[in-house]
Amino acid sequence: MSNVTRPLSPHLSIYRPQITSVISILHRITGVVLYAGLGLIIVFLVVVGYFPDNYGLLHKCLASGIGRLALFGWTFSLYLHFFNGIRHLFWDIGKGFDIPTVNKSGWAVIFCTLVATIFSWVIAYHNTGAF
Amino acid sequence: MKKTTGSDFRSPLGRARGLGSAKYGVSHWWFQRLTAVAMIPLFIWFIASVITVMISPDINIIVSWFSSPVNSLLIVLLFCAMFFHAKLGLQVVIEDYVKAPCCKYTLLLGNIFFCVGGVVICIMAVLKLHLFGVN
Repeated sequence: MSNVTRPLSPHLSIYRPQITSVISILHRITGVVLYAGLGLIIVFLVVVGYFPDNYGLLHKCLASGIGRLALFGWTFSLYLHFFNGIRHLFWDIGKGFDIPTVNKSGWAVIFCTLVATIFSWVIAYHNTGAF
Repeated sequence: MKKTTGSDFRSPLGRARGLGSAKYGVSHWWFQRLTAVAMIPLFIWFIASVITVMISPDINIIVSWFSSPVNSLLIVLLFCAMFFHAKLGLQVVIEDYVKAPCCKYTLLLGNIFFCVGGVVICIMAVLKLHLFGVN
């Protein structure tokens, strides 16, 4: 059934990573990360709505080092998926398909993600009075 | 022979051979975009709410946020778009990477149960907080 002499396309790991391919797989990875984040949203709302006495414990977990690291990862994932999602919507209407534009918009996604993530955390720390 | 039009992406040969999406391909694609567009403004409002209200150690600040009808409405709309978008997205990931049929269909079912259950739980909690507060 299978033809062993059939030429195989090179494995993915042989290619030099490019901004386009890296963001493409990051879009999928961040999507899965955000799916896990839905679990936190469910837990958060159930605790606030139905177990308000345990809110202190939940807040303590989220404000811990590991909690903050997870939240930072989610913030980054949200913004990357958000900005790259907008990039995808432009492709869907047929805009920005040429290689120079695709590379430029890719770097713009990275730039906007980093700026928005840091900006959000500065505001969050400012609001909690840590700054 | 019928000409290929803008609303039918299959080539005449592909149509004759019965290739392409069997049934739901276009609606999957369309709802993924629909929910994505809906979430653009909702997401900006949501992240602003999280970094100003939801990170508060005081639960009363969070509960009073839900007493606003605008906040409750927008967050329910966001949850509908978000869980739908998540269901469509993870479905594709499962279909791409999980080969064994038993695992694949278990995960596809689990995906739907998680998203439908999740959105109902979230909306119930929002309505409860909106109508009754923490009592």
